[in-house]
Amino acid sequence: MVLKSTSEETTSKIGKILGRNLQPGTVVALNGELGAGKTVFARGVAEGLDVQVVVNSPSYVIMNLYRGRMELYHFDFYRLEEEEELQELGLEEYFYGDGITLIEWADKFPGVLPTTRVEIDIVKDDEDLENSRILYFKHLGKLEESLIEELKKVASPGY
Amino acid sequence: MSHKTFILGLETSCDDTSAAVVLNGRTVLSNVVSSQDNFHLRFGGVVPEIASRRHLEIINPVIDEALSKAGITFRDLDGIAVSYGPGLAGSLLIGVSTAKALSFALELPLAAVNHLEGHIYANFLTGATISFPLLCLVVSGGHTSLLYMKGHGQIEILGRTRDDAAGEVFDKIARALGLGFPGGPVIDKLAQQGEAAAFSFPRALMGEEGKLDFSFSGVKTAVLNCIRRETEKGGQVRPADLAAAFQEAVVEALVEKSLMAIRQKREAGQFLLAGGVAANGELRRKFRQKLESKNIELIYPPVELCTDNGAMIASAGYYYLRQGRRASWDLNAVPNLELERV
Repeated sequence: MVLKSTSEETTSKIGKILGRNLQPGTVVALNGELGAGKTVFARGVAEGLDVQVVVNSPSYVIMNLYRGRMELYHFDFYRLEEEEELQELGLEEYFYGDGITLIEWADKFPGVLPTTRVEIDIVKDDEDLENSRILYFKHLGKLEESLIEELKKVASPGY
Repeated sequence: MSHKTFILGLETSCDDTSAAVVLNGRTVLSNVVSSQDNFHLRFGGVVPEIASRRHLEIINPVIDEALSKAGITFRDLDGIAVSYGPGLAGSLLIGVSTAKALSFALELPLAAVNHLEGHIYANFLTGATISFPLLCLVVSGGHTSLLYMKGHGQIEILGRTRDDAAGEVFDKIARALGLGFPGGPVIDKLAQQGEAAAFSFPRALMGEEGKLDFSFSGVKTAVLNCIRRETEKGGQVRPADLAAAFQEAVVEALVEKSLMAIRQKREAGQFLLAGGVAANGELRRKFRQKLESKNIELIYPPVELCTDNGAMIASAGYYYLRQGRRASWDLNAVPNLELERV
């Protein structure tokens, strides 16, 4: 699935709809260059999970935990250089727990991600670098068909 | 506590391992930080700093060094202070476990310090007399918060970042420009040779009077898009100009929101800067310039006390303990610890 978002608000809204419908234990991998809108998307997911506090970029602390309808583990691999550093984070415990694991810069270490996951590449649209983003859903995990249809209604299919 | 009170402060919330001895909450007797003092040379290897294993390997040598530089032994200590959050879980845990073990073995009171609050106390180590109520801007790689403080432990959060921290965008832009890590000092230096007027980047939430929250992801994206456009055009973008214009956008947002806070909290007599970004030359210059005509005293720590360090934790711990705020044995690291709103 490919979606086109023409604003930060829409990118966040796609995340929100996703967040509202995620099953416990889902891993969401987010990829995209700096400024693509990964944290914006993550904030939407958090909102969909009824997280009440401000969601910040987790680049520095690597992981932020939020409590909403379910727990949200918000990871960021940006500062990590070697796969070895990941071992100490106890990723498996989060992956196979009851919360939602959301990982920014997930494609830095594709080997550690579970096979069943939702994975999205957020790419800046050359036509409008400021506002427009193409969202490539590379893996759909266990997302329901109805949810995919709902997402397509919010953002126009990219192609 | 005796008239000479020695507190050992431990700080392991992120990349650095630090231990310090502070006398009576105000005088730094030693402040050992793993990334300084050639510790990485003596203990082999610089990376991976993020690993908590590294904290574990060097925390004891760092503590020994702090005591020996202060010219005291464990028996002279009157208390142990440790930063227990916010930060990286594994890293925090090393400091917390070590502090608990020391406090238990030496039968000393333990103070659990909020890392963010700790940054404020770097200003108590400057020799300046600190008097409440005051305003403080804590600005670092992980945080950007505007605080109002009525007394020790009485903190009101006036504003904070809604997305990226200021120091984080410095690092990300520096990396995009190929300047290396950490980004703050390199951009600060490069910007001196640049022309800030060469580009115009958006200021964060400048329009909203009265709102004291920050947002830096907008300026980050604008700078990155600018780099991309110029590169695609094959144009001659001068990194120094970009650095200067970017830095000005960030600094201006920080200064403007701080001025708003000063207007809202007229009873505050002092304005403190704290955190790693408080070491930025342009930030200090702008604050000096803008606060000169205001009826408020500007105070900021020396550069080595702006970045994460054990001394600020020891100072905060001293005041915590004087107020009887002792931590219990079941203290744990709290990675997402928030400042309590008063």
